[in-house]
Amino acid sequence: MLHGIGMVSMELYITELSKYFITLFIACYTLECFLVFRFQEEERRKAGYFRQNIWMFLVHFSCFLVICFETGKIEYLLFYVLQQILLFSTVMLFRMIYPKGNLLIINNMCMLLSIGFVILTRLSYERAIKQFFIVTASIIIGMAVPFFIRNLKFLKSLTWVYAGVGIAALGVVLILGSVTYGSKISYSVAGITFQPSEFVKILFVFFVASAFSESWDFLRVAVTAVLAGAHVLILVASKDLGSALIFFVVYVLMAFIATGRWIYLFLGISGGAGAAVIAYRLFSHVQVRVQAWRDPFSCIDDAGFQITQSLFGISSGGWFGLGLFRGNPTSIPLVEADFVFSAVAEELGILFSMCLILICISSFIMCMNIALKLQDRFYRLIAFGLGVTYIFQVFLTVGGGTKFIPMTGVTLPFISYGGSSVLTTLVMFFIIEGLYIIRRDEGDRRAKNRKRKNRKKRDRRAGAESQDGEDEEEA
Amino acid sequence: MTVTWFFVGLFFAMMGYTCHYAVTHRQTLMNNSYNTRQEILVAQNSRGTIYAAGGQILAETAVDAEGEEVRVYPYANMFSHAVGYASNGKYGIEAQANYYLINSNTRLSEKVANDVAGKKYPGDSVITTLDVDLQQIAYDSLGIYSGAVIVSEPSTGRILAMVSKPDFDPNEIDAIWDGLIADKESSVLLNRVTQGLYPPGSTFKIVTALEYIRENMDTYSQFRYQCNGRFTHGEERINCYHGTSHGSEDFNKAFAKSCNSAFASIGLSLDREKFGDTLNDLLFNRELKVDFSYNQSKLLIDTDTSDADVMQAAIGQGTTQMTPLQLNMITCAIANGGMLMKPYLLEQVETSEKAVVRQFSPSSYRRLMSEEEAQIMTGLMEEVVKSGTGTKLSGLSYTAAGKTGSAEYNKVKTDSHAWFTGFAPVEEPQVCVTIIIEGAGSGGDYAVPIAKRILDAYFAQ
Repeated sequence: MLHGIGMVSMELYITELSKYFITLFIACYTLECFLVFRFQEEERRKAGYFRQNIWMFLVHFSCFLVICFETGKIEYLLFYVLQQILLFSTVMLFRMIYPKGNLLIINNMCMLLSIGFVILTRLSYERAIKQFFIVTASIIIGMAVPFFIRNLKFLKSLTWVYAGVGIAALGVVLILGSVTYGSKISYSVAGITFQPSEFVKILFVFFVASAFSESWDFLRVAVTAVLAGAHVLILVASKDLGSALIFFVVYVLMAFIATGRWIYLFLGISGGAGAAVIAYRLFSHVQVRVQAWRDPFSCIDDAGFQITQSLFGISSGGWFGLGLFRGNPTSIPLVEADFVFSAVAEELGILFSMCLILICISSFIMCMNIALKLQDRFYRLIAFGLGVTYIFQVFLTVGGGTKFIPMTGVTLPFISYGGSSVLTTLVMFFIIEGLYIIRRDEGDRRAKNRKRKNRKKRDRRAGAESQDGEDEEEA
Repeated sequence: MTVTWFFVGLFFAMMGYTCHYAVTHRQTLMNNSYNTRQEILVAQNSRGTIYAAGGQILAETAVDAEGEEVRVYPYANMFSHAVGYASNGKYGIEAQANYYLINSNTRLSEKVANDVAGKKYPGDSVITTLDVDLQQIAYDSLGIYSGAVIVSEPSTGRILAMVSKPDFDPNEIDAIWDGLIADKESSVLLNRVTQGLYPPGSTFKIVTALEYIRENMDTYSQFRYQCNGRFTHGEERINCYHGTSHGSEDFNKAFAKSCNSAFASIGLSLDREKFGDTLNDLLFNRELKVDFSYNQSKLLIDTDTSDADVMQAAIGQGTTQMTPLQLNMITCAIANGGMLMKPYLLEQVETSEKAVVRQFSPSSYRRLMSEEEAQIMTGLMEEVVKSGTGTKLSGLSYTAAGKTGSAEYNKVKTDSHAWFTGFAPVEEPQVCVTIIIEGAGSGGDYAVPIAKRILDAYFAQ
């Protein structure tokens, strides 16, 4: 604790007032997330992106100011400086290496990472440090990803390799994996714990996208459905229901988008509903989770404990939160991983956590926008698939923690503690950056073509005066 | 695009749900014993003060010689059930207002001053509707008897006094706790006003009479009955109180004299399905929308109910169980032209510097009967005081209306609980009183005099 009367009073003013400032800063950031969609061209969005960087800095800075005052520990200050260097250099390096990159995606990524650092520092300093190193390493790896996506043309043809590797990786966990909280989801190599279902998400999206890039007839749908089903069944057998659900939903939606046929969506939804009913009848752990969702207070001692603690946390914070270190989020079991959203809501406030959700949504919308504008089918499906994977995971974890849907135990991307999760999401976002650059390449190429055509047209007009022009291509 | 909009819609639904849930459930969740966040507030704020409507302190936090916080109740036993206690679980207003008492909305500068002085922040205080003078009279009047008294304002629903006996001293709650828990006989910790379930006896004739009027709106004034002190139907026989023969009576007189025979025969004539509906209208067998703990009053009547059971029910005997609160609510509705106001105990929450945090205003609960029905019931109850079992309330500076009851609770002995429920003045009712004295005897002899003392005090103010 910092001592002296002046310090004591200043401390309280800072911690109390900072609540409102932090909420204001994040609200401004979030607003910019949506305002950039006013402009079509990345150039005109630049000013908004710059303002976002300022808001981001202010949120991060004021949160750590509070942390330092609340704990009185100077090492937090050092940790903050390291984080600030990492986030700043990520944004700057990315701008330098990929001038054609999308800054909303990169800003959102850094904003969410910094929220993650703040809340993890508050929950467990040791884990926050561990997470920091994993994030640093992941960003270094991730920086190369857009380059590979742009230049490796054979990615499109590895269809069955993706599926084979994915199924094998999941299968190995099922057989050899260690059991965490009743489900087999990870194994350790050289002291590092891997959770393959995280990485396989990306492989899975690549598999489905490449399978549907050449052909989308019934046979193709049937074959991919069987392989997708294999992924899902292995995950169900590992009792990793959250991941199983993500794979399932991603496949159904990608098949729907690839074929454009509602019948597949309908079949997928009814099949999923049927499977859910069967799972409910067969597995007691599914019944327990549904019961804990419908009336968590009836089983508050066991199955409902986590969700009720999460609800206590969310509701006690109010609109502006109790303030960092002022609540009791550690009463929620697994708070750093599956229930980190509740910790954010409790100490930083409901408004802050709603902004956090909106930031996730804006990343998703940007991703869908990129998918919509991509000409290449393979890349378009990847953008779509990754967007759905991301937003559906956010939905499962936030919805599970707030009792909107039954709890499935998945992480909140970028915020939750967990190396596999953060590396996977970082790579996903950098792949999306790669796709965005490809889209701009496509745009440039078309613009070039158009220019060439226009020049030809002018030449022709100059030659034969009364000739009609061709239709111009849409940008 | 469809998929994008689908997810955006889904997220907005989830966000709306989350905000709504968190805000509307904040208090209940905070009061949940599994919620450790309560301890944070308790460690940070000292529990707020509970005030009576007149500003007297009913409960406050003090610091004892060892520097420990203790809860002090200046009126000791007098408000034991109404105000309750805050350790060994929480009860009464201490439980109901717990959320407000452990929170502090005091000014930031005040908090800073407390921080500097190394003191806790002062918790918010709660101002109740309770009136110390009326509570004192009601408390003293019950004397050594077990029983309950509730005094309320029919036009607002404010509860002015709430006494339950036997009582205890909340200052000593930690020391006497084990003894109170071990004593299964006398249920000292039970608030008899809201949780005590009693046979209503003749006070239930209010309900029977209302149902009879509803079914015979045009003809009830022509009702005639010849009472010879008992009524027999098949095997079942009903006696009038002490076997008194009331002779020839009309509806007014049968009600005023509380004639069991007449009402048993009325009961038999009633449409049992409609009777059941009226009981529902009067909030029997259902959850009440009140903010304090209570028990549900119970009486089920439907087409399957036997003749004998209906006869018993019509005079308030048999399986009927009713809380004094419930009877008070029905009486209040009659006094307020049929409209029941929601009974409440908390008037206002304010910070230690008297800045209002939250204000509770009167709200209507629901209409229990039509204005015409309420008027007729008022007439009947006025007659009870003028010429019936409640004459001890007649000839005073104010006019009163009510109904007595002597509820037999023991098949072997002839002991009875003395009941009275009523209001005053008849012209423009301001106050409503419901009393039960366990095992005292007849309502007219034992409960009415207490009602008189309370009403005298009320109108002397």
